[in-house]
Amino acid sequence: MKPTNTRDPEYYHKVVDCQYACPAHTPVPEYIRLIAAEKYTEAYMINWESNVFPGILGRTCDRPCEPACRRVRVEKEPVAICRLKRVAADQKGEVKSLMPQGPFASNGKKIALIGGGPASLTVARDLAPLGYEIHLFDEQIAGGGMMRSQIPSFRLPETVLNEEVDYILDMGIHTQFLTYVSSLKDVLSKKYDAVFVGTGAPRGKDLPKLPGRKDGAAGIHIGIEWLASVAFEHTKSISPKVIVLGGGNTAMDCCRTARRLGGKDVKVVVRSPFKEMKASPWEKEDAMHEDIQIFDNHVPLSFEVKDGKLIGMKFQKVRAVYDEKGKRELIPTDEPEVLIEADEVLVAIGQQNSFPWIERDLGLDFDEWDMPVVDRKTFQSTLPKVFFGGDAAFGPENVITAVAHGHQAAVSIHLFCQGKDLLDRPSPFTNLVSQKMGIHEWSYDSQIAADQRYIVPQARKSITLKDRKKEVELGFDIQTAYKEAQRCLNCDAQTVFSEDRCIECDACMDVCPTSCITFTANAEEDELRQNLLVPAENKSQDLLVSDTLKTGRVMIKDEDVCLHCGLCAERCPTSAWDMQKYFYSVTKAYQIPASLPAIQK
Amino acid sequence: MSYLKPLFSHPKLPKNKLGYTLKEYEGSLSTLCAGCGHDSISAAIVRACFELSIEPHLVAKISGIGCSSKTPTYFLGNSHGFNSVHGRMPSVATGANMANKELVYFGVSGDGDSASIGMGQFVHVIRRNLNIVYVVMNNGCYGLTKGQDSATADRGSKNKSGSVNPFEAIDLASMAIELGASFVAQSFSGDKQQLIPLLKAAIQHPGFAFINVISPCVTFNNNPGSTKSYDYVREHIEATSALDFVPVKKEIRVNYAEGASAEVGLHDGSKIHLNKLSMDWDPEDRISVVNALQNAKVKEEILTGLLYVNTDWKDLSRTLNITDSPLNRLKESDLCPGTEELQHINEGFR
Repeated sequence: MKPTNTRDPEYYHKVVDCQYACPAHTPVPEYIRLIAAEKYTEAYMINWESNVFPGILGRTCDRPCEPACRRVRVEKEPVAICRLKRVAADQKGEVKSLMPQGPFASNGKKIALIGGGPASLTVARDLAPLGYEIHLFDEQIAGGGMMRSQIPSFRLPETVLNEEVDYILDMGIHTQFLTYVSSLKDVLSKKYDAVFVGTGAPRGKDLPKLPGRKDGAAGIHIGIEWLASVAFEHTKSISPKVIVLGGGNTAMDCCRTARRLGGKDVKVVVRSPFKEMKASPWEKEDAMHEDIQIFDNHVPLSFEVKDGKLIGMKFQKVRAVYDEKGKRELIPTDEPEVLIEADEVLVAIGQQNSFPWIERDLGLDFDEWDMPVVDRKTFQSTLPKVFFGGDAAFGPENVITAVAHGHQAAVSIHLFCQGKDLLDRPSPFTNLVSQKMGIHEWSYDSQIAADQRYIVPQARKSITLKDRKKEVELGFDIQTAYKEAQRCLNCDAQTVFSEDRCIECDACMDVCPTSCITFTANAEEDELRQNLLVPAENKSQDLLVSDTLKTGRVMIKDEDVCLHCGLCAERCPTSAWDMQKYFYSVTKAYQIPASLPAIQK
Repeated sequence: MSYLKPLFSHPKLPKNKLGYTLKEYEGSLSTLCAGCGHDSISAAIVRACFELSIEPHLVAKISGIGCSSKTPTYFLGNSHGFNSVHGRMPSVATGANMANKELVYFGVSGDGDSASIGMGQFVHVIRRNLNIVYVVMNNGCYGLTKGQDSATADRGSKNKSGSVNPFEAIDLASMAIELGASFVAQSFSGDKQQLIPLLKAAIQHPGFAFINVISPCVTFNNNPGSTKSYDYVREHIEATSALDFVPVKKEIRVNYAEGASAEVGLHDGSKIHLNKLSMDWDPEDRISVVNALQNAKVKEEILTGLLYVNTDWKDLSRTLNITDSPLNRLKESDLCPGTEELQHINEGFR
C-alpha cells in the first residue's frame, strides 16, 4: 500500500467516528471534554456554531453519531453524546453576547426564506451576519416548523424551542408568520436576490383505499396533522381506545401523546418486524414504558365501522422473508384475521413532500416523483436563484440533516449573490496540534474509563402522563454528566506517526492494548489486512500506513479499535508517535474569508 | 503518565488451546524507559507462553536486581514470581526447581546481574544443568545507575558520555558453551520473529537453556559508537539460521533449500527446524559452534539464533534423583514411610 496521505482533511476526520457520522459534523469530542471541564457555555457555543439548535437536538436528535461511536466496537454502548449535548444547553451561562451581534451593516441583498423550520433558520443564521436582509415566511404562529408542530412538548419544552429560535430571529430577521405562501411566482416577482425553500415534508401519508376509510373518517386522523393540532391546542382529548398505525418516530410521538390526552388502551400496529421498525430504539422503549403495546407483523386490511362509528381495524398477520439480496417480503401467515378494537386511529405511516404552491412554468424542473430537481452539493434548483434544503430538498430526513443542508445552502446563496462559482466551495477549517504537556503527560484525560453507559433519569410516569407539557427526561445531573463524558475515547486526539523518527523498537506494538499496531512487510491492502497482529476485518475503517522504514518494513495501524489512550506515544522513545488534537469544522457562510484585494500590476 | 493498562482489548483477539488470549499472559504496564529493549523481550515471552498454551499458574519467574530483573512484573502477571538478591537468582531458582519441577522456570537476569556480581552463581548453574530458561537482557551498561559500562560492553564501544571502553567484553554465550550448557542461543530484542521461536524451544528444552538477548538501552547506550545500539546491532547482525519451533503433534514441513536444513528433536517429541544460513556450523557440534562464534567476532558480526543444543545431558533433578512429585504434595506417609522402611534403609548401610 502507498503511505497514507494524512494531509487529506478527511483522513483524520474519518477517525473521529461520531463527528464524521454527524450530517453537520459537530466536533463531538471537543465539546464533551468541555462538559467534563464544567465549561458548559463553551461546549454550548461549539454546538451552536455547528448545529444551531443544541438544546433542541440534545433532546430530539436522531443521533447518527451514537451508533458510529467507537465505544460500540470495543465495549457495547456508545457514549450518550446526545444527552451530554443537552447538559451543555441546560448548564450554560449567558451565551447571547458570544453570538454575532446585530445590527449588521447591510450588503444590499434581499433573501426570502419559505418555511420557518430548522433548514430556513440555519440559512437565516448563517447569512444575517453578512448583512443580508432576510424575509422569513411561515404559516404557523411562530418559528420552528416541525420542531414546533410535530415534536411533543414532553420531549421538547416550548421554552427551549423558543429560546433557540429567538437567538436567530433576534439577529434582525423579518418574519411574516401566519402567512401561507401560495405562489412562488409572487415571491419571485418581489425582486429577491435569492429564495430558499425549506417547507419540509408537510403531508402525512394516508390509506385512502382501505375499506372503511370514508365511513370511519370521523375517528381517523393523519398523525402529523393530529400532532400539530395538539401542539396548537385545537385538540385536547382522545378516546380511550386508540390504534396508531406505523413504526416510525412520528408513530411513537402519536401514541405517547394519545396516552396523555385520555388514551388508556393505546396500541401501535406496524407491518414490519419489531426490530426493523424505523423508530429509534430509545423511543420504542419510552413508548413501551408508558404501557403502550406494539403489535408487529400486522398489515391493515380494513377500518371496521358500525352504525357510522369506528369500532376498530382488521389486520392480516404476516412474517418477513428475505431473498438472497436481503430484500424483504411480507408473507401472510395462515393465522386468522385479527380484529383490534379502537375508537380512534392515528395514521403515522410516513410523510410526503408537496409543492402545490410552486407553479410548474417557472423553469424550476420537477422529476418523475414530482420532487424538485436539486443539486446534492449546492442545493440549487434548476431556477438559479431558488435553493432548497431540509426535507423539502430530498424527502423526509431529520433536524440535524436539515441544519447541514441549511449551512451548505447558505454558502451557495452567498457565493451566488457575489456572482461566484457555486462549485468552488470553501474548504473545511482544520487544525492539528500536539497535546504533549510533559514527558508523559497529555492535555486530555487519556485513561480509559471502563464505566458502562449511564441512564438518563426520567420523571415519574404518574406525573408525566397527566401533563402533556411535563418533560419526561430530566437530563443528567452534573456528576453523572462528568462520568458519562469520561467515557468518551477522545478520538480526535489523533495518533500521528513520523517515520523518520522511528527506530523500530516495537514498543508501541507491544504496549497497544487493542493490538492496533503492526510492523510488517508491505503488501496490497487485502493481504496486509490479514497480516496484522489481529486481522483488520472492519473494512469501513482505514489503515494508517507509513512510508518504508529503515529495516524495509512499514508501520500499519488499524484505526478500527484504537482507544486513543496515547500509550504508543508514551512508550515511544523518539516521539515518532505523538497525540495531536484534530479540529475539523465545516466552513459556514459567515466564516468564508473575504477575498484578498487584487494586486495592481 | 499512565500507570494502568486500559481494560479493553481487541474484540477479535485470537485464543489459544486453553481459551486464553494474550491478555491473560500480560503483566502490568512497564515503568522502564520508553523504547527499552527489555519490554520487547517481555512481549516475546508473553507471546511464546501464549502460543505454547502454557497455564500461567504453572510458570515461575525468578530474577535478581537491575532493569532486566524488574521485567517479570511486566509479563505473566498471573504466574509466580520471586525478585531475589543481586546476582543470586540462580540459587533461588535452583531451590524452587528442586522443590517443584512441574513448573516452567524463567530466570531473568541482565549483564550486570549475571556477568559481574552474579558471575559465580551463573557459571555453577550452567555446570549443574538446571532445567530453566535463563534469559540475559544484555544492554552492555548499568542502566539503573546511569549507564556505566558493564562487563559485556565491547572493547572500543563508546558510551553516551563519549568515553571508550578499554576492557575486553565477557562473551556470555561462548562461556555458556564452554561450561557445558545444553542449549545456547543468542538473539536481539528487535527481532521477535527469531526470539519467539527460540523462547519456545528453550521452554521445551529439558535442561539449562541460555538465551543472551542484545537489548539496547535507549537512555544510556543507544548512541553512535555504541555496539549495543539499535542501529549497530541491525547492521552487524548475522543469523545462524532461520528457525521454527514445532510443538508436539503439530509438525509442519517446510521446504528448505537442499542441504541447508537441519532438524533437532527434543525428547518430548517436539522439534526445532533450522534453515541453516551459515554452512560450516552444526548446532550439535560444540567445536563448530565455538569456531562460528570466534569467526563472527573477528568479522565484527553478532551471531544470533540457536547456537548449540544437546538434548542428551541429564538435568540437575535427574542427576540428583529428585522426586517427581512437588514437595508441597508429599504426604506424611511419603516423608515418614515408617520403622520398617527405615530399618530397610539402615540395612543397606551395614
